[in-house]
Amino acid sequence: MVLGRIFSGLARTRERFASGLGRLLGINRQLDEDFLDELEEILYTADLGSTGTEIVDELKEAYRKKEISESAAVLPFLRSQLLDRLHGCEGTLAQAQSGPTVILVVGVNGSGKTTSIAKLAARLHKAGHKVILGAGDTFRAAAVEQLSLWADRLGIPIIKQDTGADPAAVAYDAVSAAVSRNVDYLILDTAGRLHTQKNLMAELAKVVRVLRKQIPDAPHETLQVLDATTGQNAIRQAKEFSQTAGVTGMILAKMDGTAKGGAVFGIRRELPLPVKFIGVGEGIEDMEPFAAEDFVDAILSFDGESAGKR
Amino acid sequence: MFDSLAGALNSAYTALVGKKVLTEQNIDDGIRAVRQALLEADVNFKVAKGFIKDVKERALGQDVIKAVDPGDQFVKVVHDCLSELLGGEKTGLPHADKGPLILMTAGLQGSGKTTSCAKLALLLRKTKKKNPLLVAADLQRPAAVEQLQTLGKQLGIPVHAEGVSGRAPEICKRGIAYAIKNQHDLVILDTAGRLHIDEPLMRELEEVHKKCKPHGVLLVCDAMLGQDAVNSALEFHKRLPIHGVILSKADGDARGGAALSVKAVTGRPILYVGTGEKPDDLEEFDPPRMAGRILGMGDVVTLVEKAQEVIDEKQAEKDAKKMLRGRFNFEDFIKQLNMIRKLGSMKKVLGMLPGMGQMLKDVDLDDDRFKRVEAMIHSMTVQERRNPDVIHVQRRRRIASGSGNDLQAVHDLIKQFKMMQKMMSKLGKGGLGGMMGGGMPDLGELGGMPGMPGMPGMPKTGKKGRLPGPGAQGGLDELGGFMRRRKR
Repeated sequence: MVLGRIFSGLARTRERFASGLGRLLGINRQLDEDFLDELEEILYTADLGSTGTEIVDELKEAYRKKEISESAAVLPFLRSQLLDRLHGCEGTLAQAQSGPTVILVVGVNGSGKTTSIAKLAARLHKAGHKVILGAGDTFRAAAVEQLSLWADRLGIPIIKQDTGADPAAVAYDAVSAAVSRNVDYLILDTAGRLHTQKNLMAELAKVVRVLRKQIPDAPHETLQVLDATTGQNAIRQAKEFSQTAGVTGMILAKMDGTAKGGAVFGIRRELPLPVKFIGVGEGIEDMEPFAAEDFVDAILSFDGESAGKR
Repeated sequence: MFDSLAGALNSAYTALVGKKVLTEQNIDDGIRAVRQALLEADVNFKVAKGFIKDVKERALGQDVIKAVDPGDQFVKVVHDCLSELLGGEKTGLPHADKGPLILMTAGLQGSGKTTSCAKLALLLRKTKKKNPLLVAADLQRPAAVEQLQTLGKQLGIPVHAEGVSGRAPEICKRGIAYAIKNQHDLVILDTAGRLHIDEPLMRELEEVHKKCKPHGVLLVCDAMLGQDAVNSALEFHKRLPIHGVILSKADGDARGGAALSVKAVTGRPILYVGTGEKPDDLEEFDPPRMAGRILGMGDVVTLVEKAQEVIDEKQAEKDAKKMLRGRFNFEDFIKQLNMIRKLGSMKKVLGMLPGMGQMLKDVDLDDDRFKRVEAMIHSMTVQERRNPDVIHVQRRRRIASGSGNDLQAVHDLIKQFKMMQKMMSKLGKGGLGGMMGGGMPDLGELGGMPGMPGMPGMPKTGKKGRLPGPGAQGGLDELGGFMRRRKR
């Protein structure tokens, strides 16, 4: 079951986060400074950043207005606060009006782009779509080989050139191939780059321009892969990549560890970007559409059993 | 990295201007700003809490030194605490009593292990004259073995690889045997990235460690990690004794607070920092120096060391003399340009100078200008290069079209070059001492033409461990004074 897998992937996230929260909310405690301090710490530890302070302030305000008087009411309060902040954060893959849908995948080094592409390709392929891959990471040693191995395993064609080739040229070839072979989806990989590298970001902008030469409304989807272990720097990453490549959604990778992925909240404060998928394991099928309620519940629930059965 | 901590300290400092002593009240704002900056820098919540407590106690507990004003004192306390948090004194790699030095990497997926392995091998070959062997033991990620092999080939470093069919512990073992047989005195084992809660893979890592008995395990940590960094680091440390940390991807704008936390919770120091995409972008980590850099004191020592590495001292001295006699021509200029480029990007180089980090925050220094300048000079004839005076308008036009620039760019280059020549010969009469001062031009000028003048003198002064001019004053004792100067 879909939900079950998200939860198994998120189980440890929940345990870590919730153990503190459970301890805090389980016993009936006074909502005093100590309590608020502890709550702030728990929220910060989930990488919520200043959103954590914000929520604690809201809680203080609600307490002052006597809307909340006991710790038992805190959990539903947190849930609605977190959910509010993820409003509009779910989203499905865009689709081209006609012809191939071009999906460009971007992100910093080591965020999990290539693996996410393989998972996404597998998903679309399994749903009966015709998929083609473009090996646009021509910088990192053996990146082309890495994606080619995935393509072979999945039985999906791949357009590639040698390492060191111009990524824009690969993009051009890939779009040509996608059009002439009449595929449903082209997923184009790009080299990982730090968002502060001006020249590499300019290179990315060029890839987008080249895509538009053949298909004016391409890329139909630009997905930024974000490592769930990333801290507050995630916000800057999202801003820079959005500005350069017009990011339309995020893939939150590596949610199967103990990281909470709370940086998403910081990004949402600044940008209206939806999270389209989350990566929940090493297997090729370990990727699920993002569901805000599940995400928040998985973060907040400290009884794994009951959450799983929801 | 760390811009906002420097900013927070600046505001704390400003708040203390004119105050006579440090009190609980007047440092409160500063303390709060520092705490917020630490949290925004992804320093672990608990670590930040402890740090703040420490700063407060020390700041208030200190006897007031009459001559020092409270602002300086506060900044110095933060600097000291930060230095300690970053790792206290400098620590190095372990030693091998006999046989090759065996190092092993570990870390999460995508942390940068493979790249760091290659960079480290290159660095130790260069600085410690090691003869390294890399062992490809990442059998999990597709094409990871090929990646290491490709890097090895590029750098001329042998790689022991057996494809992906075997088991990592055995491959590592055979790699070490191979190294001993072939007189390698350094072996670096590249292991697969893994989640710290992946039991089978963590067991495999333990097995590699047991079988190969590396002298040191290096944990590779992404500088962009968030709060969870301490969980994974603690778990790795529980399974294998971590010798030190390699902080990767530190050239972005992440503040790397998580790495400081890793140091704080495991007690293991950060040994190396990855500072760019190129294979030689790996530096030794030096805690007090880094603390200085964080506080905006610059990092002149690193700059001098780098300069020594890439600049040919004799040549530089010859050039310096020539410059001072006003006989500097475009041929010398391009030679120097190339030397400076070997130091790294202009922004990186300038960022190491005291106070520049803050100033450069939003400045976009375009390294492509180097290339433009280079192209123009390459479009000159030998005669023109040796004797710039002959370059009249006709020639300038030819140079412009030959190098793909417009005429104005050529005009500017020659104008600036002549100004520099003049300045140099003036300086020549005034002696070498003023050179560094003159060598730190204002930023506007830098964009147009890189600040050349100071460079030739650098290796020479670096040898003595001091730089003439403003750079020499970056010592700790001068910290307060420096902050003040910068504030004006």
